[in-house]
Amino acid sequence: MTQVKMTVNGKAASGDVEGRTLLASFLREDLGLTGTHIGCDTSQCGACVVHVNGEAVKACTMLAIEADGADVKTIESVANADGSLNVIQQAFQDHHGLQCGFCTPGMVMSASALLKDNPKPTEAEVRHYLDGNICRCTGYHNIVKAIMAASGQDVSALAAE
Amino acid sequence: MPKDGGIGASSKRREDIRFLTGEGNYTDDINLRGQAYVFFLRSDIAHGVLNSVDTSAAESMPGVVKIFTGADFEAVGSIPCGWQVTDKHGEVMQEPRHPVLAHGKVRHVGEPIAAVVAESLAEARDAAEAIVVDITDLPAVINMKDAVKEGAPKVHDDLTSNLCYDWGFVEENKGAVDKAFEEAHHVTTLELVNNRLVANPMEPRVAVGDYARGTGDHTLYTTSQNPHVIRLLMGAFVLGIPEHKLRVVAPDVGGGFGTKIFHYQEEAFCTFAAKACNRPVKWTSSRSEAFMSDAHGRDHVTKIQMALDKDNNFTALRTDTYANMGAYLSTFAPSVPTWLHGTLMAGNYKTPLIYVNVKAVFTNTVPVDAYRGAGRPEATYQLERLVDKCAHELGVDPIALRRQNFIMEFPYATPVAVEYDTGDYVATMDKLEEIADIAGFAARRKESEAKGKLRGFGVNCYIEACGIAPSNLVGQLGARAGLYESATVRVNATGGLVVMTGSHSHGQGHETAFPQVIAEMIGIPEHMIEIVHGDTANSPMGMGTYGSRSLAVGGSAMVRATEKIIAKAKKIASHLLEASEGDIELKDGAFTVAGTDKSVAWGDVTLAAYVPHNYPLEDIEPGLEETAFYDPSNFTYPSGAYACEVELDPETGQVTIERFSAADDFGNIVNPMIVTGQVHGGLAQGIGQALMENCSYDSDGQLLSASYMDYAMPRASDLPFYTVDHSCQTPCTHNPLGVKGCGEAGAIGSPPAVVNAVLDAMRSGGKDVGHIDMPVTPARVWAAMNS
Amino acid sequence: MYNFDVEKPTSIADAVKALGRDEAQPMSGGQTLIPTLKARLAMPSVLVSLKGIDEMQGVCTDDDGRVCIGGGTVHAAVAREVKDQYPALAGLAARIGDPAVRNRGTIGGSVANNDPSACYPAAVLASAATVVTNKREIAADDYFLGMFATALEEGEIVTEVKFPVPEKAHYEKFIQPASRFPLVAVFVAKFSDGVRVAVTGASENGVFRWTEAEEALSSNFSADAVAGLKIDGSSMISDLHGSGDYRAHLTGIMTKRAVAAIS
Repeated sequence: MTQVKMTVNGKAASGDVEGRTLLASFLREDLGLTGTHIGCDTSQCGACVVHVNGEAVKACTMLAIEADGADVKTIESVANADGSLNVIQQAFQDHHGLQCGFCTPGMVMSASALLKDNPKPTEAEVRHYLDGNICRCTGYHNIVKAIMAASGQDVSALAAE
Repeated sequence: MPKDGGIGASSKRREDIRFLTGEGNYTDDINLRGQAYVFFLRSDIAHGVLNSVDTSAAESMPGVVKIFTGADFEAVGSIPCGWQVTDKHGEVMQEPRHPVLAHGKVRHVGEPIAAVVAESLAEARDAAEAIVVDITDLPAVINMKDAVKEGAPKVHDDLTSNLCYDWGFVEENKGAVDKAFEEAHHVTTLELVNNRLVANPMEPRVAVGDYARGTGDHTLYTTSQNPHVIRLLMGAFVLGIPEHKLRVVAPDVGGGFGTKIFHYQEEAFCTFAAKACNRPVKWTSSRSEAFMSDAHGRDHVTKIQMALDKDNNFTALRTDTYANMGAYLSTFAPSVPTWLHGTLMAGNYKTPLIYVNVKAVFTNTVPVDAYRGAGRPEATYQLERLVDKCAHELGVDPIALRRQNFIMEFPYATPVAVEYDTGDYVATMDKLEEIADIAGFAARRKESEAKGKLRGFGVNCYIEACGIAPSNLVGQLGARAGLYESATVRVNATGGLVVMTGSHSHGQGHETAFPQVIAEMIGIPEHMIEIVHGDTANSPMGMGTYGSRSLAVGGSAMVRATEKIIAKAKKIASHLLEASEGDIELKDGAFTVAGTDKSVAWGDVTLAAYVPHNYPLEDIEPGLEETAFYDPSNFTYPSGAYACEVELDPETGQVTIERFSAADDFGNIVNPMIVTGQVHGGLAQGIGQALMENCSYDSDGQLLSASYMDYAMPRASDLPFYTVDHSCQTPCTHNPLGVKGCGEAGAIGSPPAVVNAVLDAMRSGGKDVGHIDMPVTPARVWAAMNS
Repeated sequence: MYNFDVEKPTSIADAVKALGRDEAQPMSGGQTLIPTLKARLAMPSVLVSLKGIDEMQGVCTDDDGRVCIGGGTVHAAVAREVKDQYPALAGLAARIGDPAVRNRGTIGGSVANNDPSACYPAAVLASAATVVTNKREIAADDYFLGMFATALEEGEIVTEVKFPVPEKAHYEKFIQPASRFPLVAVFVAKFSDGVRVAVTGASENGVFRWTEAEEALSSNFSADAVAGLKIDGSSMISDLHGSGDYRAHLTGIMTKRAVAAIS
């Protein structure tokens, strides 16, 4: 076992891990942050996307040891300080961008990474950015719409209901 | 103006708050004190004699608690099948034993052979590799037509053959149907494959078993669409645990799409092992395991024929289908190609004579069962492809041919045993022509052609039977369960309500939509109503969520229970108001005496029920809690018309969906936002089936599409914005809400439109191939274009 | 995953030392290796993470004008940082996998693994790049030896890749819809002294140069020059996503389109 220390959602976190312990497992099992989900084992579904040192990564494709010393942010840190939904989360609720909710943490974390780099993405840019996030419920329509709305764009004319 | 609450309002989903903040409680998020982990050693051979399973080396591996093999389950029941189909000769289907862990033989890649319970999942898996399994390979049967040939290797040695059943429907019509074909002016024939799919809810299956020695109580936490069904099947048929000693909890469930209806071995194992090991036992499926252990969907091979008269009226339809059951009968597998498929073959058309033959076949593959739509997509696909082919053979417009043959009067009794209560197929087609902008297609095709692309337009109609199902009817058809739904409405003293429902929400938004109904009935805000579901300990016996049944059946039970509540509350109000019960009206959350300004608020009545100081105790009991069970008198029949516009790159064969329009009739609608979302999701799955998804085996029974590296899940960039309309509404006549169900429509109605559009595009490029099988991948299109 | 130790050297020298341990395996971004480990298809006793080696990070230009990319540089950084100098390479990097994968996966890892459907090998081969290791410099033409096979020796690390910048270049990719790897992708690089065409995703032997196309394009750099060219599909990958003949066909189409994009 090796001790790892990192900052998770602004707080110091540490634990003893095996070499093979994934960051996703460390977050879920050692820290109890079960908002980060695991939906596949080939690094494609993106339910586990978190931010490490400000960049979106798949927590199931990174060893916990590799995150030693890093600043990690998970879905649990996204809401506003008063607990209300942040602008991206609120847009997902407003536009029905989630159904079962399982892919949602990864979607929100990816969306927030996208909007940091590209504050006004086009529809095509949003869709391509989500190549690593699979949703089986929504058909993506309302996810794409929510992300564009979260970027401040008027989505009312984007697609018919 | 959109409503701001109640029926018809697009209320925002309350469940979203926890899902968006990482506070959902999915089964894998549940960790019990002292839990051990199980890893299943699964067969990597499709068919073989299981000579021995030697666990001796593995037993001493680090962290191992206990190792189980098939021998440990010899005294345990078979995983049951919930539906018995009777074949065309009046014989019941062949039904093999389905063990928790393989014993004697392995019958598909992925079948569990041994289970290692250990302190950690990694240690369990490490130890599983030390188990020595001796299997003598047998030839595998994969192709259905080969499987039913004389002399084919048998999946189950104790059955007479690999034929589960040979079903004819309606057998008495067969002669008349054949005669109509002899007399037909034109016959169109189509052979096609409905590709095998993997449901792939994003949350893999999980089971956590727990046992309390002190009380003898078992608890199973599981990713299920129907916890009560699991309690009944597992308790009564597999493990012999009575319902009062077994609690099944399905907390937040990350999508189901049918594949989480069924009772699986892993659930029985964890429940069994928790007692055997005297500690909680948890199983979390990896995605790779899911591909070889979740029941698959579809997998039909069909020949279908339409007979037409000289005026292009459909005169008879007959089909011949092989339906794959896989190696064992999953919970509802036998019903899918029969009663959920044959009864839908009339579609939207007044074809007077129909005969459906289905041969269900065992193969050395993962069991196949219901997947979103279940039987109805298979029926719709073959029928709507066939109608398109008819139109092209006859040189008539595909929409006109459909319109000409539409059923126009309701109720309508089909020749395949169901009665459509309402519908308006002309209205949905009219709406489709409008929203799909058919008028603009020619110009859009020119634009595509200017870019070197082909553009195609395809349309189809669909009808589905959902709101499953009248218990007495399905009982006659072989169901081994009732298909009612239940609700208990508990009104608290201060006026808030808790509704305990047997329906289960795993993405459908019940926690939001169900309160809209009650809010409307009582006239109180939605936030005063809470939905509780997913736990057999706190909800009445219910059958769960599938077959687009939650609102039509579960919602109706809730309405009935709420009606009882209102009736009793009126009695209390009449006492408080000193008025006759018949004069009491409930409106906007207050009881008033008709024609007066005397009123008492909802909360005062509920308080009186629980603080019965001034209360007619001699006439009615205190308290305000009612339960209702609702058993529908018929299926509901949503219908619609869909259109797809594709662009096809003739150089690569790549097809892109440029537009997709859906005009649905779901009857009355409670939450339009949620309904639209359900259609979107269904469309993505239907388009996925049509263009991308394919579960493929090689001839040895090895699964080729065994992960997301090879099974193509649609991504955002594969799909367009959809145009969805549900303004055509012919309310269901037999349930109190007039609702029909919307969960499966998108998946049922979309594949034929996509394929019809692709064929149209190919024709516009000078290539008429008649048919192309799904998934219409670039490689297949290119091969067809160059055939 | 089988268990393993993890070492995190901060210099190439220390990494080489760590790789001297029994059953040691280097790991760069881990975007291919970790899924492989999860499937228990590899069993290292020590994983040597190359992520912490600063001298393998970043992009620079050498005296010969070559774009030199540290082996540990992630795809996202390449996409950002070579956009002006070598836009075709930046474009390739910007479309590998998905954004989260691009934030972890590295050029060194991709080139060392030489997956037959990886993107980078096509750029390396078409650009006549030089693969730099802790021991030597290897010309691209000598480096790729077949599916998952390279000239790398045991314990040898790709520390840098040096790309000569062509006059024009373009990468045209046709994706396999499940994995999103190339089903077939073609990198065309036009230099003053000739054209190089590298194909990935198609061949049983991994990335390869399509010499007939190179010859045709070297004398006439236009889409027409390759429009009629055919390549044999018999040694191409044939699987559930497409036959060898289909991949051969796509090789022609992707080549034509790559040329059309820059001519």
